[in-house]
Amino acid sequence: MAHEETVYDALDQAHGGEGHWAFGTGFDDPLAGVDTTVPDGVDPADLGAYCLMLGDDALVLAQRLTQWVTNAPELEEEVALANIALDLLGQARLLLARAGSVGVLGRSRTLAGDTIPDEDALAYFRDVDEFRSTALVVAPNGDFAQTIARLLVAATWRLALFARLRASRDPVLAAIAAKGVNELAYHRDHAGRWLLRLGDGTAESHQRAQAGVDAVWPLLADLFTATEVEARLTAAGVAVDPASVRDEVRSVLDEVLTRATLRLPAWPADAAPGGRLGRHGPELPALLEELQGLARTHPQATW
Amino acid sequence: MSDMTAEGGKNTPSSPPLASSGRAPGRGRRDWPLYEVFVRGKRGLNHVHVGSLHAPDDEMAVHAARDVYTRRNEGVSIWVVKAEHISASSPDEKDPMFAPNGDKVYRHPTFYEIPDTVPHM
Repeated sequence: MAHEETVYDALDQAHGGEGHWAFGTGFDDPLAGVDTTVPDGVDPADLGAYCLMLGDDALVLAQRLTQWVTNAPELEEEVALANIALDLLGQARLLLARAGSVGVLGRSRTLAGDTIPDEDALAYFRDVDEFRSTALVVAPNGDFAQTIARLLVAATWRLALFARLRASRDPVLAAIAAKGVNELAYHRDHAGRWLLRLGDGTAESHQRAQAGVDAVWPLLADLFTATEVEARLTAAGVAVDPASVRDEVRSVLDEVLTRATLRLPAWPADAAPGGRLGRHGPELPALLEELQGLARTHPQATW
Repeated sequence: MSDMTAEGGKNTPSSPPLASSGRAPGRGRRDWPLYEVFVRGKRGLNHVHVGSLHAPDDEMAVHAARDVYTRRNEGVSIWVVKAEHISASSPDEKDPMFAPNGDKVYRHPTFYEIPDTVPHM
């Protein structure tokens, strides 16, 4: 065998020389062999609604991060943010597919064509009041520092949730969480490293990091309040009570901010769920217009 | 969109809202050192040079390399090194450096049969 010219050639050789490295090599199907039966005593409508909550958070945050593509301060960082967005999009896809598989499709199924898979119907053909994302991920990006502050909070919170969700009685949720934990650990790490450098950087970067953190912290208010769906599923051993991750989230965020020489903003008082019940501000319709416009204009488009 | 600088290893990303455009002249990535990236593939073998990137410091360079060069499952290990730390042969010395090897066939192990079961030769 000749000396491999590049690492890509070497990988191609390692996987039988099929020349498909551009599509990835050696990937695992995260749901291979996973039992998809709904656990005993669990209302499929609740399970589907919960999957929409977690899936919509990922979908909306992926869309927000994607808005940095062609706009990020550095090319390398642009790729990093796009990678994180793609991880989240993958999580959204699995979660929305799970919601569809238990029959939770809302009005989307009647609006989407028959050839469109459930997860795409849910992503592209649901109306704004059917979305279950929290205000944390819906909020606009702001500047780079604020984007990083929001990403840190979102990744820390979701990682704490997913780590516990690995023990869910729903085997599909448990498998999705097990896959997501590695991704989210990287997202949290990435955001944390940036916030340390911004906070403990120059006067300008410090001021912007502080402003970003101050803008994001109030969005923590409704993250730890369970909806009725979450309360029922937590009792059934399927969901994670969001209140149970509050201490971990708070201690991680406090530590990062302290090391970044940033002032800890006041921790907001717990608020009633808003986005989880489909109540959204004006930012979400605008985001969905961008996300869904093409699919709705050309519902049969293929490429 | 951005004006970034590195001061003593720290950096200042400062980005106006997304709607604005135009990069601030005279500052930016030119202040970030260039790193060369080496990736070791799944199967083992050696680290192979895959490209380069700019990063504010060593730690961020490793992370940027992960995001830029191992997006398709290419690697299990990454090395980065500042390009300024690489000593290289000069193109001007190409002939004295390499030409004398061209006619010394006895230095090549071409007189052996290599069994099919021996990998990586």
